[in-house]
Amino acid sequence: MSSLDTAKDASNVMTRKRSWHWLEYAFWLAAAASVFLLPSQHALLTQIAIWSLFALSLDLLLGYAGIVSLGHAAYFGFGAYVAALFAINFTGEPVTGLLVAGVAAGLLGLVTSLLVLRGTDLTRLMVTLGIALVMYEIANQMSWLTGGADGLTGMPVNPVLGFFPIYFRQANSYAYVLVVLFVLFVVAKRIVHSPFGYSLRAIKGNPLRASSIGIPNNPRLIAVYTIAAAYAGIAGALLAQTTPVVSLTYIDFQRSADVLLMLIIGGTGYLYGGIIGSALFLVAQKFIGNITPQYWEFWIGFALVVIALFARDRGLFSIVERIAAWRKRGAKP
Amino acid sequence: MNALETIGLEKRFGGIVPTNDVNLKVQEGARHALIGPNGAGKTTLINLLTGVLKPSKGRVKLGNSDITDLSPHRRVSLGMARTFQINQLFADLSPIEAITLVIGEREKLGANFWRAFGSDEKIVSETKAIARQFGLADVLHERTASLPYGKQRQLEIALAIAAKPRVLLLDEPAAGVPEAERHEILETVAALPKDVTVLLIEHDMDIVFGFADRISVLVDGKLFVEGEPKEIENDPRVRAVYLGERTDD
Repeated sequence: MSSLDTAKDASNVMTRKRSWHWLEYAFWLAAAASVFLLPSQHALLTQIAIWSLFALSLDLLLGYAGIVSLGHAAYFGFGAYVAALFAINFTGEPVTGLLVAGVAAGLLGLVTSLLVLRGTDLTRLMVTLGIALVMYEIANQMSWLTGGADGLTGMPVNPVLGFFPIYFRQANSYAYVLVVLFVLFVVAKRIVHSPFGYSLRAIKGNPLRASSIGIPNNPRLIAVYTIAAAYAGIAGALLAQTTPVVSLTYIDFQRSADVLLMLIIGGTGYLYGGIIGSALFLVAQKFIGNITPQYWEFWIGFALVVIALFARDRGLFSIVERIAAWRKRGAKP
Repeated sequence: MNALETIGLEKRFGGIVPTNDVNLKVQEGARHALIGPNGAGKTTLINLLTGVLKPSKGRVKLGNSDITDLSPHRRVSLGMARTFQINQLFADLSPIEAITLVIGEREKLGANFWRAFGSDEKIVSETKAIARQFGLADVLHERTASLPYGKQRQLEIALAIAAKPRVLLLDEPAAGVPEAERHEILETVAALPKDVTVLLIEHDMDIVFGFADRISVLVDGKLFVEGEPKEIENDPRVRAVYLGERTDD
């Protein structure tokens, strides 16, 4: 074996992490099948897909770059308002709206990232919280533009790319949201397995060492913060396009807190955490909430304590992994 | 020609002056050691050299360029790398990933967000060569956190070397390494490429005298004396402030 062959082997070991596991194919096939097989749940599934994208954007920050945020709804809400206003004033074509919302939210992320980068986790928590509160009050005050507390209505939603109508068509609307989620998921997967993605892991793991092997920490963090904000803005635009009204709840603290909860329930740093977490969260909210509304918060609180104590990185998923590992050990003593 | 030079370097923390008017000259290709008793200001000095701290006064020069105001990562791209007294590694990455990352950054490919990490075979074969050189070939794909301490210590140096520095700052490379694995680290240090200028910050006198061709002694933030190992060893003032202290280590 020549040395190039062995380099190739080693290279393959690294690049293999980017390739798709069969479970991932199965997951996305099942998601696609749900468009046809679960028509009664399309409203819920659409919500899950939008929250998934929102949580995925937070995962890019928290799971890969180690940036905690309690104000990620700032970008989600900003994207939603931009998409709605753009549709009202220019064109109601949804994909154009998504792009505009993504760019606008990305720019907001780029500017605000300069504030977020300073300091430690606690500072970042406070600064992100503060940014979201400021954005909330701006949306509230500028009621001539945003509708303030009444919300913004009358946003036109034309057929996607001129031929695929989603307005008041739940199945089409779900399919549209799912395709957007899938495309952005694939892009995110590529990003986190690139040299840039690994430099983020390095910064998260040890910022001191990262800078002393030549990684420009701040520019990299600014870049990922901008990308995550753009993703969040697109998620907000999707919600605006599939809901009759854009309101202040798009940007409120509850939303920032919920998305963080979802991500932590599903686990950070493997991209599926946000999807799994938001599915669990919304399904549980729907079913437990239907039975006993006051118990809903109880279970979320309970899950949070369990996860924080036993499964910080991979959320509920790592509890499954642990049980699997434990059973494997038990099987062959 | 000086590979590294400080001019009137000073750092103050309130009333404390851990670095006080230090004029250090490290010759190109030198094996230069910086020694001094605990609290002499060795760590502060290395942090000033690498840009982790900003000096209150004075300049730092790398070759002909004034690097005083440059950030740590810019200094790396100009050819200065360091290791840490306490391992600063990436616990979740494997050695091959960590070394590949360093080379990628060195080659200005680190911001690429579309290519697959580790797909550049030229970089990976260089990674493998470095891993072999540092005795990491058999643990290439293990998680760094699970490596034995001696291997982690090797990786600590390998990451700095992967940046292809002209000047390498080694901060107590054998610190904490068990006696049995110690010779491996020392061999690694002795085998560093001759064209790399090395500034060794060390507490252990056996290592210093076995390695250095030039020694500077730092006491209370000041350069106390400088010379060849023989001169330092026989200097009564050094014995008084430093070597005498060795017994109560």
